[in-house]
Amino acid sequence: MLFILIYKLSVLKRRDFVKKATLSSFATLIGTELVFGSQMLDGYTPLALQNPDPFKLFNKNKEMVVLNDKPWNIEAQAHLLDDKITPNSSMFIRNNGLVPENIDPKNWMLTIDGESVKNKKTYTLAELKSKFEQHTYQLTIECGGNGRAEFDPPAKGNQWTSGAVHCASWTGVRLRDVLENAGIKNNAIYIGFHAIDRHLSMDPTKEAISRGCPMHKALQDETLLAFKMNGKDIPLIHGYPLRLVAGGWPASVSGKWVNRISIRNKVHDGAKMTGTAYRVPCKSVAPGEKVKDEDMCIIESMPVKSLITYPKTGAKIKKGNPLNIRGHAWAGELEVHKMEYSIDFGSTWNTCNIEKPTNRLAWQHFSATVNFPKVGYYEVWARATDSNGVAQPMILPGWNPKGYLNNACHRIAVKVN
Amino acid sequence: MTKEEIFRAHVSKVYRLLMLLFALFVITGGGLIYYMFNPGFFDFKSKSETVVSVPLDLDEDRIENGIHLRTGLADAVGLMVVVNNCTNCHSAKLVIQNRMSAERWNTTIKWMQETQNLWDLGGNQEIIVNYLVTNYPPKAKGRRMALTDIDWYELED
Repeated sequence: MLFILIYKLSVLKRRDFVKKATLSSFATLIGTELVFGSQMLDGYTPLALQNPDPFKLFNKNKEMVVLNDKPWNIEAQAHLLDDKITPNSSMFIRNNGLVPENIDPKNWMLTIDGESVKNKKTYTLAELKSKFEQHTYQLTIECGGNGRAEFDPPAKGNQWTSGAVHCASWTGVRLRDVLENAGIKNNAIYIGFHAIDRHLSMDPTKEAISRGCPMHKALQDETLLAFKMNGKDIPLIHGYPLRLVAGGWPASVSGKWVNRISIRNKVHDGAKMTGTAYRVPCKSVAPGEKVKDEDMCIIESMPVKSLITYPKTGAKIKKGNPLNIRGHAWAGELEVHKMEYSIDFGSTWNTCNIEKPTNRLAWQHFSATVNFPKVGYYEVWARATDSNGVAQPMILPGWNPKGYLNNACHRIAVKVN
Repeated sequence: MTKEEIFRAHVSKVYRLLMLLFALFVITGGGLIYYMFNPGFFDFKSKSETVVSVPLDLDEDRIENGIHLRTGLADAVGLMVVVNNCTNCHSAKLVIQNRMSAERWNTTIKWMQETQNLWDLGGNQEIIVNYLVTNYPPKAKGRRMALTDIDWYELED
């Protein structure tokens, strides 16, 4: 009996120790202080540590789909993206490394360096906010691999379906203003970001991701160093306290937790810039064909695409009732000029209303009223055409080894009874 | 009152006292024994044992319905080699959702060794790749699949 008593006591003590040790790091993980954390019930392990519930951890809608939990990769479903400005609860999460902990915004520094900077400079967050004019833009950010799940033969990586895209409202300072404040040499070609997230292997010499963009993109009005998303501090999982935001380009250019931007005199060669990462064959290849690294080209502007966000697929309606559909369309650096839908698998197309974008690189909202001639199974297909006259394909676009840039038409199933 | 009656009264008083003492002893003793089994019983601030039950020695490699619960991987030849070599840096979810041929898995392993600090797998590489292509073979999808798993619902407008 005495043994049981001693055993129980030791178990309690051990729990207590583990609890105290994890409380501080836990607070940073969930991005908020645990009020009364020290009074937490004995034997109670914080949910996020014991059995992580990503929906609570990141304030996500329960219908979001977890593709990967180490690193965290979570996507939306089309009907969750119905809002004109995507709320945090429906924004996909893409991580290459481990989510950082212990962020202290007061001591956060952004360094501008590189071969092509005139004067290496460092700014605090407060300096960035006070020194430079602030701007707010709605920006479409889509993962380069959105739609990867459909490629055949299958492409390597997280098997995104259609929910790795969002258009939130971002507030920050122009990257251009900051780069120009430090000074840009004439030989500048590219910028590369560096951030504090750790590599999955925990190797401190490796960066999880360090991508960038050519100078012309870096110097655009809409390319921001953002500290607010939808009017509030950026949530930790989306890059708190500072995120590079480059709308219309693969989301991997929009580096999270950024603490250094290098102005390079060559194409940036950081992690996930080289090899096959965020690259497609420079010349089109047959499905499954091997492509050498040197024949792969960096993805820049994303292709034209659209999503039907209402109704959710699977709607059953009564014969004679019209169906109102709506959604969003975007076209990378370009604008969407035409939006159509088809209920006969592309035999005929009807025009949708399409709004102008709120600002350049924001997605555009479309709507239409669909009438079905008779009862039966239908699919409503949506097709956007960009300002160069290039439309979404109905079948999969060119196969590529990593399964990027699938902009095939989105469709929903409808039954008319 | 006779002497004998007074004596009897004294004896019964002592008897009652002894019984009371005995009862107290039984209650205290019983309480102590109970406390030894349930040391948290008198600690009214601590509710841990009743709020959350913490399984102390759950088998972390438990398998149910052919699935390795901790990782979600299929129970088949090579399972533990895959668990021990392929779920340290990333989740098994990344493994399960990727369906590749043996050749492409070998290329992927080489890439992980060159860039992601994966160690030399030695003879385990064949076991791992065999496990993957047997249990997670690629599925033909063509240029566009039919819509499946549709969750039908009545749309009231």
